[in-house]
Amino acid sequence: MTSSGTDMAADAKLRLSDLRKDYGDVKAVRGVSLSVKTGQVMAIIGPSGCGKSTLLRCVNLLEEPTSGILEIGNSRIDFADRRGMPAGRALAKFRSQFGMVFQQFDLFQHMTAIQNVMIGMTVVQRKPTEEAEKRAMQLLERVGLLATKDRLPKELSGGQQQRVAIARALAMSPEVLLFDEVTSALDPELVGEVLDVMQDLASEGATMMVVTHEMAFAKDVADWVLFMEDGLVVEEGPPQQVMVDPSNARTKSFLARYHRQ
Amino acid sequence: MYQWDFWFVIDGYDAWWLKGLLTTIAYAVGTVVGGLFLGVICGTLLLMNRVWLTVPIHIYVEIFRCTPVLVQIVWFYFALPIVIDVNLPAWLAAGIGLTLYMGCFATEIFRGGIISIDKGQWQAARAVGMTYFEMMRHIILPQAIRRMVPPFVNQSVIQFKNTALLYVVAVPDLMYTGYLVVAETYRPLEVYSGVAVAYFVMLYPLTQWGKRLEARRDQ
Repeated sequence: MTSSGTDMAADAKLRLSDLRKDYGDVKAVRGVSLSVKTGQVMAIIGPSGCGKSTLLRCVNLLEEPTSGILEIGNSRIDFADRRGMPAGRALAKFRSQFGMVFQQFDLFQHMTAIQNVMIGMTVVQRKPTEEAEKRAMQLLERVGLLATKDRLPKELSGGQQQRVAIARALAMSPEVLLFDEVTSALDPELVGEVLDVMQDLASEGATMMVVTHEMAFAKDVADWVLFMEDGLVVEEGPPQQVMVDPSNARTKSFLARYHRQ
Repeated sequence: MYQWDFWFVIDGYDAWWLKGLLTTIAYAVGTVVGGLFLGVICGTLLLMNRVWLTVPIHIYVEIFRCTPVLVQIVWFYFALPIVIDVNLPAWLAAGIGLTLYMGCFATEIFRGGIISIDKGQWQAARAVGMTYFEMMRHIILPQAIRRMVPPFVNQSVIQFKNTALLYVVAVPDLMYTGYLVVAETYRPLEVYSGVAVAYFVMLYPLTQWGKRLEARRDQ
């Protein structure tokens, strides 16, 4: 592992120390430490089942880590301490610091596009409806979907749904955006429109953690790449280093399989 | 050739019939509404995933699902007052039995509706920062209730018909009233045909409504 941790520490937005997640006997994440700087785009790559999605879901506590320490802003959670895990409203509040986008979009099926974007603002942030609506319109415009704001998810293409989901995540003004294989369920011709939105966000300075199989995205947009295998970070560094000239044999063979495709 | 004479079984018995009709409707509505409440409560408790809650509720649900409702009504009428050593009037004992019967199906409908909601909806609601209550209120229940309504209407239709079994414990519902009128008039053909028509007229609109709801859900 590289020693990037120390120089990043000063302006780290998010830090994980020795994070572990067990499901019974299965150790999905076996001690991962990382830190994400403000404005950084971190790509997490690796074979299926390597624990990269679990790691991401641990960050906003959709999964409760078994042990380790998570720091964001002024809060620090030590999961080894049973009382460390927030619950109820504190947990909800913690999660709202993150915006998460999922593989299957997971838009609220009974709500229109704009309602999907507004619901977090009105229910969680208790914003007045007009204010939420105004911001939702801006966000939908930003992802190029103002014209379809009154459609239900089932009336939108996969790419459109995913862009609404990104707008929904942005609506909460999150500290960190989490992307969990957001293009994996899309038809190939729809992948580009979603990646374009993500690239815009990256260039506007959003802090992002991106679990992805899009090697081109990791290489061109990310400024830090983690390669995971068997629940561990095997190699990390700038994309030029990890993706073009990997030092680890397993990273090499993983990338070789991708290049062959 | 039999001479049908419906007037013969109505004239002079109209007060009985009205009472029978209202009794049937009261039992149908009362036990459906009571069963719905019971179902929402038990279904919610089941979702909490606590063994000390789920085991008794499962036992309750399976007992009432796996015994005939006729047996239940008779048991509640004859056996329950002895078991709990309280003298229950027939109408109450029978009503409790029918309510519990409806409740066990309502429990399954409620629980089934909730757990049928895709887990992506739950995780997306959590990720947005909703509390459990906010998630239920704004995301899960609005979708789940749409799915619960058609099976609930179907079960209510069945429940409505089951109220006819009340006649075995002499609750003066539509069916028992028919039995009484037959005893007076010796005209079973008119009486039971009329009773059947009365049930049909009340239930046909309900089943059609249920069908419409189901069609709307499947859109």
